[in-house]
Amino acid sequence: MIDAIAQQPMLAALFALVSLGIVFGGLLGFAAEKFKVKGDPIIEQIDNLLPQTQCGQCGFPGCRPYAQSIADGDAINKCPPGGQATINAIANLLDVPAPALDEEHGEEEEIKTIAYIREDECIGCTKCIQACPVDAILGAAKLMHTVIVSECTGCDLCVEPCPVDCIDMLPVIQGIVQWHWPSPASNIDLIATSKIPRREDAA
Amino acid sequence: MSRIWETPGGVHPPENKQQSMTHSIGHLPLPATLVIPLHQHIGAPAKVGVTVGQTVLKGQKLTDASNLNNLPVHASSSGTVIAIDDRPVAHPSGLNALCVTIASDGKDQWIEHAGISDFRQCDPHNLLQMITEAGIAGMGGAGFPAAIKLSPSNDKPVDTLIINATECEPYITADDAAMQEKTQDLIQGIEIVGHILNNPSRVLVGIENNKPQAIKVLRSHIKERSIEVVSFPAKYPSGGEKQLIYILTGREVPSGGLPSDLGMVCLNIGTLIAIKRAIIDGEPLISRITTVTGEACGVNRNYEVLIGTPISHLLAHNEFDERNCSRLIMGGPMMGFSLTSTEVPVVKTTNCILAPSYSEIPSDLPAQACIRCGLCAEACPASLLPQQLFWYAQAKDQERLEAHNLFDCIECGACSYVCPSNIPLVQHYRSSKGEIRKANIDKIDSDNARQRFEFRKLRLEQADEQRQVKREARRLATEQARATNSSAQSGSSAADIIAAAQQRAMTKQSTPEQQKAKFERALLAAESRLEEAENRLTEATAHGTTEQQAICSASLESARQKVDQTQNRLKELSD
Repeated sequence: MIDAIAQQPMLAALFALVSLGIVFGGLLGFAAEKFKVKGDPIIEQIDNLLPQTQCGQCGFPGCRPYAQSIADGDAINKCPPGGQATINAIANLLDVPAPALDEEHGEEEEIKTIAYIREDECIGCTKCIQACPVDAILGAAKLMHTVIVSECTGCDLCVEPCPVDCIDMLPVIQGIVQWHWPSPASNIDLIATSKIPRREDAA
Repeated sequence: MSRIWETPGGVHPPENKQQSMTHSIGHLPLPATLVIPLHQHIGAPAKVGVTVGQTVLKGQKLTDASNLNNLPVHASSSGTVIAIDDRPVAHPSGLNALCVTIASDGKDQWIEHAGISDFRQCDPHNLLQMITEAGIAGMGGAGFPAAIKLSPSNDKPVDTLIINATECEPYITADDAAMQEKTQDLIQGIEIVGHILNNPSRVLVGIENNKPQAIKVLRSHIKERSIEVVSFPAKYPSGGEKQLIYILTGREVPSGGLPSDLGMVCLNIGTLIAIKRAIIDGEPLISRITTVTGEACGVNRNYEVLIGTPISHLLAHNEFDERNCSRLIMGGPMMGFSLTSTEVPVVKTTNCILAPSYSEIPSDLPAQACIRCGLCAEACPASLLPQQLFWYAQAKDQERLEAHNLFDCIECGACSYVCPSNIPLVQHYRSSKGEIRKANIDKIDSDNARQRFEFRKLRLEQADEQRQVKREARRLATEQARATNSSAQSGSSAADIIAAAQQRAMTKQSTPEQQKAKFERALLAAESRLEEAENRLTEATAHGTTEQQAICSASLESARQKVDQTQNRLKELSD
């Protein structure tokens, strides 16, 4: 064996490298099959950041298709319900600059709204039930419908199909339980003397 | 004498405690109305159990069923319920919350109540039930239901009971006064809690050395008992639960954990006195000791105040000078919050009403840029990095805020106190905490929405598939029928179809004998019907109207035809 290698060093080296190549190639091939990641994980991650209102304001039928589209290179500023916070988060994830919200797709709302059905006026046409992307409307044909408030994402999709216009988008009431401290005003006025309040003002 | 440990950080603001300790605990005249908020503790409020116009007695429960999380509230005096509506409450938001308003009748008449004289014979579960029924929430400031604290869920037995008599915040002397004047109640409260917790091996009363009078009184009263009074140098914020536990035992409560994880329970002086009253006297929590102080008040002292007393009533009896008051604070100057209305009622957690003058606590100076001096990091009792947190709070970088343990911040305000740039650091942290909590809730909601959306999509797809399958099956069936039709006869007319149907019917009859038997049966039936029809006709001609006669004759005719038809068929068959 050693003699053979000594006599044919070129062949021996070639043989050694080829066999190493085969072994590692086989390992890599095995690993690629064994540890295969199903689906594109980036889509999953983007989808996790989107607000899941499923409103379609971005032009896609739901949040996941938009996530898919972003992964394929679409603009990340088409989601009004998520607003700037979502844009920033996605920009952070994809390591791209965060643009401002594209006004074409709608404006960011300050206060979250939720659909309410004026139940006396509801004729029971089930059109809103079919429109609701998250099954948050309860009812049956020719019977009154109502919105399950805790499940409503405020996507607006039920408002348009209603033939008697009995659906209102009402702001969510911010009670004491939901309240949290506001961020203190930013320190724009750096000249302290201009801000010392006079006694009469404060009283 | 126990060893004491020193906490990191801390500040020494002017104490200003002596003003309110010159008088003993006072009592106020009964206010005309009592406003009792339903939500005075951590947890969900219980449901209202009274109606407008109902007469209530002092100590009567105003809510229906209660449990550990939904503590009840009680009428602080007798009178009539005049309103159940949203009113301003003691909350930094200045928002309204549901309150029961009682117009007191001046009689202050108690509801029938009875305590237990010998609590040692009583099962701890029953005692806990009594504590819950009495609506006792931690009276130090947070309002955590006392019964939950006293029944730790994990199996770790409680070996140390810590009594928080620190009262480290400036101006507040409510616990100090209570210790001096209600010593017996306090000690009985400690004994009851000791019994509930199955007599923990150590009972430590942690008290700052700036209350020598209280230390003396306590030590003289509990000489022979297993309770140890531990005094330590005053420093703000030694009264924080985690800080006090460290000072007394040298052990740190884990981040995000509770004292019960270490086998400890920490209770406030006020809570213990309330527990004594609930068990021994059977009285629910309807009053508490509150310090009324500040230069804008002519009189500074402690009061035993009924829960629900409007602040305006307190101030009116303390020579309150509104023009001299820079702001009205509930709680102390470090952790308290400004009130927007003087109609706010005193609640279970109100330990102090502070009405400082402009010179005492001037309005906040505008914040300036952080100069990275690092004083805040030195002052932080939780060993956090306040300036780092401040940057991340401004950048709204929630991930990093959490990584820097924002949620270990006890919001004591020491960092803001030392900040030379007047940066309202604590408010930044509170705001960030709120935003992170909200983001977490939103995340749960959005996950839920995604799940529902995906389920709906799946359901619609399945329904579509099923419809598709049905449609396919129908299409195949029609095609097949068409194929058989066209192969049987090319020009199929109506007569042909009828003939084919008759053919099919005929083939179903197996033998001529069976057919014959069938026709014979039919003939018999037809004949009997004919007979019946004849009878009816004769009856109709005798009694009935012409119309009935016509009907009967028609049916007779049809029966006759049927008989003829059947006879013909039978004849055909026999041929």
